[in-house]
Amino acid sequence: MRKGYFGDFGGCFVPESLIPPLQELEAAMAKFLPDPQFQSELNDLLCNYAGRETPLTFCPTLSKRLGLNLYLKREDLLHTGAHKVNNTLGQALLAKRMGKTSLLAETGAGMHGVATAAAAARLGLTCRIFMGADDVIRQAANVRRMKLLGTEVIAVESGTRTLKDAINAALREWVVTQKTTHYCFGTAAGPHPFPLLVRDFQCVIGRETRQQMLDRTGKLPDAVVACVGGGSNAIGMFHPFVEDPSVRIIGVEAGGTGEPGCYHSAALGRGTPGVLHGEYTMLLQDRNGQIEPSHSVSAGLDYPGVGPEHAMLHATKRAEYHPVIDRQALAAFQALCHEEGIIPALESSHAIAWVLDNPEQFKKGSNVVVNLSGRGDKDMDIIRKELGI
Amino acid sequence: MMLIPFMTAGFPTIEGFWKNLKELDENGADIIEIGVPFSDPVADGPVIEAASLKALGNGVTLELILEGLRQRKGQFKAKLVLMGYLNPFLQYGFERLAKESKEIGIYGFIIPDLPLDEDAPYRKMLSACGIHLIALVAPNTSLERMKAYAEVATGYVYVISVLGITGVRSEFPPDLSNTLRRARQAFRIPLALGFGFSSPEQLDAIPVADRPDAIIFGSALVRHVEAGRSVAEFMHRWVGVRG
Repeated sequence: MRKGYFGDFGGCFVPESLIPPLQELEAAMAKFLPDPQFQSELNDLLCNYAGRETPLTFCPTLSKRLGLNLYLKREDLLHTGAHKVNNTLGQALLAKRMGKTSLLAETGAGMHGVATAAAAARLGLTCRIFMGADDVIRQAANVRRMKLLGTEVIAVESGTRTLKDAINAALREWVVTQKTTHYCFGTAAGPHPFPLLVRDFQCVIGRETRQQMLDRTGKLPDAVVACVGGGSNAIGMFHPFVEDPSVRIIGVEAGGTGEPGCYHSAALGRGTPGVLHGEYTMLLQDRNGQIEPSHSVSAGLDYPGVGPEHAMLHATKRAEYHPVIDRQALAAFQALCHEEGIIPALESSHAIAWVLDNPEQFKKGSNVVVNLSGRGDKDMDIIRKELGI
Repeated sequence: MMLIPFMTAGFPTIEGFWKNLKELDENGADIIEIGVPFSDPVADGPVIEAASLKALGNGVTLELILEGLRQRKGQFKAKLVLMGYLNPFLQYGFERLAKESKEIGIYGFIIPDLPLDEDAPYRKMLSACGIHLIALVAPNTSLERMKAYAEVATGYVYVISVLGITGVRSEFPPDLSNTLRRARQAFRIPLALGFGFSSPEQLDAIPVADRPDAIIFGSALVRHVEAGRSVAEFMHRWVGVRG
């Protein structure tokens, strides 16, 4: 396999001026990640600061209705409210080891921004977060949280004023600040080595799930399910099961509003291969190679690309990827609230929705684990608008 | 000293671009870099990004650019270089692009998001058609890496003056001479300095021995055109350094 590639996908398509910091990061990963002292410090942060290990919750009501055993991996219970903190603590600790004094990151919905801001505050690093100007308005609560944590939030006014433009702006900033600053990339995408780095930090999700299922049921799950935007929570859940052929791997993409020709975020299901943000992957683009706007009711899935490892798992058919539209996700959101007493993030609601709407896809009595990647507190404004509560 | 102006295709209008291209050619341009617009130009500053988005809004595509150049084949004294991000080239079909570019007489390509580590298959397709893939080096590119580029690079070298994005700057960083000296040591082909040029006086800050063989200006020219002024007027300021 070519360095930095997952099958045909991945690579390092960045301006020359970003090659040295990416090489520096790659060398730091090789040096520090295997170091037991690093691992023990990270583990302490994950357990005693972020709240690992997260529970695996059985859903009695929905399981009975669906005729299967539905479990939720509760990343929503982590500090800052989503799986993002697994990655930001790891990268912040690595940045310290590299002698960097600052973090820089992009954010869409703001969850990665908040998790980066928290990790920076905890580890004594300064922090700047780039966020599309439209997202700054849509996700005002998260902007306030970042500011409370001592982070500067920069509204990006260019392009579509959303996540993809925030990434463009953050990459530009990194060219200038690379000496002192680590770019804490938020998902398992972007140029090599970010897809590997982020996946390594998120794999704790799948590793814990594996052990918890073995302890509880004596066997591996029959299926693992996760929502896919850039794909970091999903790859964290999927990767530890890739070599287990008995485990069905199901990614769920945002299908948008569902009308014919609507904007959506299903880069794997409906995209074509191309290069964006440093990687060769599946993209939403027009025939001239211009990137198309994406849409999802959940800002965290609203991205026109996807991580390269998902593109490979999709191409080799080791994993399957299905679309779920806004309306289905909102219904699943309500079902989980009413029937199990859990308020999920709208992103994670997509993964729940696919299981709720397709029980016939599983044998009766199957053990199905859905990664509940985040909590829904951040979505209250959208929920109020969409459901009229 | 060679002069290399950059102009975004389709900016400020499709017709205006073709007129400006001709005017650049008639007013001292040795090489003209034609910007192929992309929705996500990650190496560019706000001036070029805005010009790209405006050009896309005008409906310009790679297909239209190539068609326009085909119609004007043989009309330019200057060498023509296409500068753009990889994805629009990929979607057009890179091999087809290389072959058509040869027919049109394109001299080279600059692809800012295609570093040495990824460029081998593309360099091969271009060089099979006798077209140069222009290497870009930056202030943080080591001598060792410049030498690795030098093994494969042809045409000229695009030396980026500062760690940053395209755009006008009032002064150059103190390590510019070091960057130019490293590049001179590594390469045997001409060095073209870009990123930040707005006036000929900026050259005075570079010691004579370290000066490049060519200078590239983009954002300043785009701004000039945006203000409704003629490219001939812009070029006249520079004729003195051409020698």
